[in-house]
Amino acid sequence: MIVADKKPIEEIIEEIKNHEKILILGCNECVTVCEAGGKKEVGVMASALRMYFLNQGQEVKIDEKTLERQCDHEYLEEIRDVMDQYDAVVSLACGVGVQFMAEKYHTTPIYPGVNTCFLGVTEERGVWTERCQACGECILARTGGICPVSRCAKRLLNGPCGGATKGKCEINKELDCAWQLIIDRLKALGKMDDYEKITPIKDWSTERAGGPRKVVREDVQQ
Amino acid sequence: MNMNAQSRLQEILSKGEFAVTAECGPPRGATPEVVRKKGELLKGYVDAVNVTDNQTAIVRMSSIAACSHLLQMGLEPVMQMVTRDRNRIALQSDIMGAYSLGISNILCLSGDHQSFGSQPDALNVFDIDSMNLIRTVQTMREQGKDMSGFELNGPPRMFIGAAANPFADPFEYRVIRLAKKIDAGADFIQTQCIYNMDRFKEWMKMARDEGLTEKVHILGGVTPLKSAGMAKFMNNKVAGMDVPEPLIKRMAGVPKEKAVEEGIKICLETIAELRDIEGVHGVHIMAIEWEEIVGEIVESAGLVPRP
Repeated sequence: MIVADKKPIEEIIEEIKNHEKILILGCNECVTVCEAGGKKEVGVMASALRMYFLNQGQEVKIDEKTLERQCDHEYLEEIRDVMDQYDAVVSLACGVGVQFMAEKYHTTPIYPGVNTCFLGVTEERGVWTERCQACGECILARTGGICPVSRCAKRLLNGPCGGATKGKCEINKELDCAWQLIIDRLKALGKMDDYEKITPIKDWSTERAGGPRKVVREDVQQ
Repeated sequence: MNMNAQSRLQEILSKGEFAVTAECGPPRGATPEVVRKKGELLKGYVDAVNVTDNQTAIVRMSSIAACSHLLQMGLEPVMQMVTRDRNRIALQSDIMGAYSLGISNILCLSGDHQSFGSQPDALNVFDIDSMNLIRTVQTMREQGKDMSGFELNGPPRMFIGAAANPFADPFEYRVIRLAKKIDAGADFIQTQCIYNMDRFKEWMKMARDEGLTEKVHILGGVTPLKSAGMAKFMNNKVAGMDVPEPLIKRMAGVPKEKAVEEGIKICLETIAELRDIEGVHGVHIMAIEWEEIVGEIVESAGLVPRP
């Protein structure tokens, strides 16, 4: 999933303080799972904002709504008939949702309510960690299913570097060394021969380095 | 091993002489005198001088420029190059530029992560890793081509070095990684500072068993300790560094004013042991910001005059 983290409420207040009719818009997908921008978080944020403006003696209307997704036209269309009731929207979707909202509702300011962090997993309740950087050319088949692009601080394709100590990364003793994990796993799979080969230079043109990316699938286009 | 570059270090190593290299960290500023002063201290005592590339991710005078200053003094530099700050375009360009200035040795590294430096908010590059940098320099030299396959008008012919850390984990696969670096094109290896001699000897044995010492020149790394505090710091705070407890105790066991002397003694004992290890072809003395001690160490070790 796309993992996001809450933005400090002060930052959101700073953005919206001059508006009077505000919609807090959640998303029922990734940000719900990582508890940053689902229905529950929309409710919490709306209450906090109402409380703040009440204390300020400011009359501000705060409404709540959570869409199935904010990355598809059809769901964003669901609010078209109510959009004229608001002079600003705080979207608790990931950066994708915020932007798609902004593209669709050209004259309404859309503010981000979360910080979009990475593609990751729920390690345990309240702990999410990165697994993928969407480089566009997956090499997991060669690395025992563990990604050095997203999990090695130096993105080494031929690690581990000289800083690896007791299975941990040199930049943080809490962080597993991705290459230790890769070696352990290749060993478990009986594929250590793979480790002995030099992984060639990666083509980064499919990564963000190649500019904004696009996937076109004619087989599913109508 | 390459026979093209005009590297004196290469010449010495291929003749079977025990090589001596040292390190010179460029200044945090644009004053060439700092480099020249360090060069003066090393002249006559070493075969080549490694010039670090923004080590510990702290901005310094560029390695190429500092190498050039040393060259003008008649010293042979080993240009260290990290993949942290430059993409493949800049790396290849700088390799050619360096060679055009007369720099004939390169040490290919990935580089300390920027989170250790003075500007941890910097973006890192890591377009390629040290392994592929080695291969890139080798391809330029052997095939005369850049990474796109373009035939270069006067390819750089660098003597190629790589680093190895026998003390990092997982230990049993460190030799495989060394083999990969040799396969990628490394001619010589400079190791992380050796304090744990038992582990180093074990690693060397594994390297010999794999036939690697026939394919590459290994220079053992040493750093003279100045105090027990430094020994403890290196053991606890520097990633991939292994200073055994008895050594820390030995440093702590002498009066403070004798600590430097004891550190040098340990260093000399290490060098003496290195000279007896089959497959070790030299010593790399990393006296960090303490270049004035190198001459004394080399002299006391009986390694002067240099060839």
